[in-house]
Amino acid sequence: MKLAGRIAYRTVMFVLTIAFVTALWELYKIVGPQDGGKFLGVRILPRANDNAMPHVSTMLSRYSRPEVRGSDKKIWIVVLSGAWFSLRLSLVGFFLGTTIGIGLAILMARFNLIRRGLLPYLVMSQTVPLIALAPLVVSWGGKLEIGSFVWPRWLSASILGTFLAFFPIAVGTLRGLTSVPSAALELMESYAASWKQTLFKLRFPAAVPFMVPALKLGASGAVVGVVVAEISTGLKGGIGRLIIEYAREATGDPAKVFTAVFGAAALGLTMSGLVAFSDLFLMRNRPKETST
Amino acid sequence: MSAPANISAVEVVATSKIFNQGSGKQVDALLDVNLTIQSGEFVSLIGPSGCGKSTLLRLIANLLEPTQGSIRVNNKTAAQARLDQDYGMAFQQAGLFDWRTVCKNIELPLELKGWDKNKREARAIEMLGLVKLEEFGNMYPWQLSGGMQQRVAIARALAAHPPLLLMDEPFGALDEMTREYMQGELLRICAETSTTVVFVTHSIPEAVYLSNRVVVMSPRPGRILEVIDVNLGSKRNEQTRAADGFFRSITAVREALRGTHAEHVAANAIRGAEDR
Amino acid sequence: MTILSRTKNIAAPLIFGVSFLALWEGVVVGFDLKPYFLAAPSKIAEQFFKNTTRIWEATVVSGTNALVGLIVGTILGIAMSFVLSRFRFLSQLVTPLAISLNAIPIFVLVAVLNNMYSITSEIPRRFMVTLVVYFIVLVNVARGLTQVRSIHVELMRSYAASDLAILRKVRVPNAIPYLFTALKVAAPASVITAFVSEYFGGSQNGLGSRITSNIANSKNAAAWAYVLGACLLGLAFYTVSIILESLTRKGQTK
Repeated sequence: MKLAGRIAYRTVMFVLTIAFVTALWELYKIVGPQDGGKFLGVRILPRANDNAMPHVSTMLSRYSRPEVRGSDKKIWIVVLSGAWFSLRLSLVGFFLGTTIGIGLAILMARFNLIRRGLLPYLVMSQTVPLIALAPLVVSWGGKLEIGSFVWPRWLSASILGTFLAFFPIAVGTLRGLTSVPSAALELMESYAASWKQTLFKLRFPAAVPFMVPALKLGASGAVVGVVVAEISTGLKGGIGRLIIEYAREATGDPAKVFTAVFGAAALGLTMSGLVAFSDLFLMRNRPKETST
Repeated sequence: MSAPANISAVEVVATSKIFNQGSGKQVDALLDVNLTIQSGEFVSLIGPSGCGKSTLLRLIANLLEPTQGSIRVNNKTAAQARLDQDYGMAFQQAGLFDWRTVCKNIELPLELKGWDKNKREARAIEMLGLVKLEEFGNMYPWQLSGGMQQRVAIARALAAHPPLLLMDEPFGALDEMTREYMQGELLRICAETSTTVVFVTHSIPEAVYLSNRVVVMSPRPGRILEVIDVNLGSKRNEQTRAADGFFRSITAVREALRGTHAEHVAANAIRGAEDR
Repeated sequence: MTILSRTKNIAAPLIFGVSFLALWEGVVVGFDLKPYFLAAPSKIAEQFFKNTTRIWEATVVSGTNALVGLIVGTILGIAMSFVLSRFRFLSQLVTPLAISLNAIPIFVLVAVLNNMYSITSEIPRRFMVTLVVYFIVLVNVARGLTQVRSIHVELMRSYAASDLAILRKVRVPNAIPYLFTALKVAAPASVITAFVSEYFGGSQNGLGSRITSNIANSKNAAAWAYVLGACLLGLAFYTVSIILESLTRKGQTK
């Protein structure tokens, strides 16, 4: 029952951490300056009053009240559907990113020329803010037409997720595909195996331990891409737009924005949970790594 | 271990192998090697590090091309023999795939040759019986000891029933007791399957215990110094390790390695005594 | 590496890069693509050089936010990692938390932070960058301080060395490469976070806001020029972190 034990342990730690952060928050509210203040001469202390920093209890209770005054729709439903919308977009982006990433990795493993030419850019792409392209990509929505297919705005958000996801996936998969010990390659050669056979029977299974952390990075990249796209352009239906909208109402309804922020956190955790689940499945027959 | 004497399993003719020819990093691994191995024989290659024995094995396996000379395996070119899967190979690291069960590891060469599922599975079970690991078919390599993993590697190497088995220090990573046990097992398996074996090793007793002939090689550039016949009969067991003939052959190999054996033979011939 | 392979290593990406640009230019011109879809590299270059001063100003704003957050986050992260290495049970608590934070789009907290400060303050953005950098540095340096080879610790104990001496002579030197691994990740992350934080409102002087406003005004080629500026900023930060790393590895074998 070691797996159940681990999950229980993690959950307890998670809850403890939440409790700790909540305690810090409330503590600051008690001792912090109500209108913000200076520390060592710099104005970096945030405002501690209830408008700027609502009590945690207020944040939680906000969920059960309606989204807009006079409406029937409770806010937790709105936030949930926003998060669900963004989750679907992230999944599309993630799957596209995985396909492209793995495909690219195979090409680079097969053809040295492509690897030499493309890999530096892939590595570099992880250091430049690709999300700068977000507004540009989203602006294609509704305006771009390929034949009778009009580019839906939501697709741009997914594409941005794809963009951020496929780089780490490609790099990680490539590392895995080329991580094979030469003795194993010699063995396949002694069987006169074709490159394709070697790919499916040796390189891919050997690459799985490398692909799993890459997929995790890709999943979080997909979420970031989608959320940023939603935020920078206010894409209707997603959690990003809810955050921006509610932030604007913060002076009157300070707890509202927190509901959406927590929703975004839940989105990220769900996505990463899905990948972790497939990680368990993919690595089920492998020797367990000793924990440090 | 009998076979028609006129078909040689391996023929190495005037073969040399030079790496990085012409550049500053040229390595003369093998120089003018000639060797003929008869079908059913067990031949060991022994020599100091860097003498080219592994290189020679890989030339026979067509994993390397000779710079000069030719190699024929099973009456074909080495390349054709590889394509026809006329040999199986085993290395020092068992090299089993972690993600496959023991059975699936053994089936690997058969999958690549397109055998159908039932035939493959039947053959894998047969091979497991041969190496006496019948209950371990559904376990994973990392659940097995080093010796057991090597037995699976041997089962895999022989899965397609090739006439030739090439082995590169397969027992090098095992402890002494397991090693001796594996040597016995290997002889039993080869007798049952009538396989020709070319065996690279560092260990003199191992070479003598296993082989009909021991090929002693010189330090780089590798040449064949001497080929020692080991006349210990075909039924070898624990008693063999205590026999006089065993120690005599070990001494012969050791002296050949030191380059003193030839002088010893000459000296004894002059004295009129046989040196065996 | 031989000269031939070194040339191949530089030539291949160069050729790819140049052909990609040429293809891009060709597709835009050949298919007469509207600028709102894709701007031609030539137009982008034109806009870049036309607006250099303004791009520079915006870069300075975003870059300063990133730099401040990077420095403060690194210092705080290093400090906290010493605490973690001293109190191991804390490390058990904090490290998994920090790793799972990677999954969350944490930058959405800027929406909350904006409300806690005045509207023109740059503090929310710098706070955000600090937070992101802090966790990256913390996880890596803590690992460097704690994952030392047990044989080294045993050796020091056989010399009856104090914990502090072990820290100075074994743990800290071991942690230095980990610090630079963290910086190589944190430097680009700081730029990205500074960037994204600008989408949440507040002062509109940074690169992110300029890109959005240019698109709103249908000046896409200009927007691309600002994107280029952002990429250069990110590259610059990364290059500096690589240079810093190589300075500390003088004479060390890989």
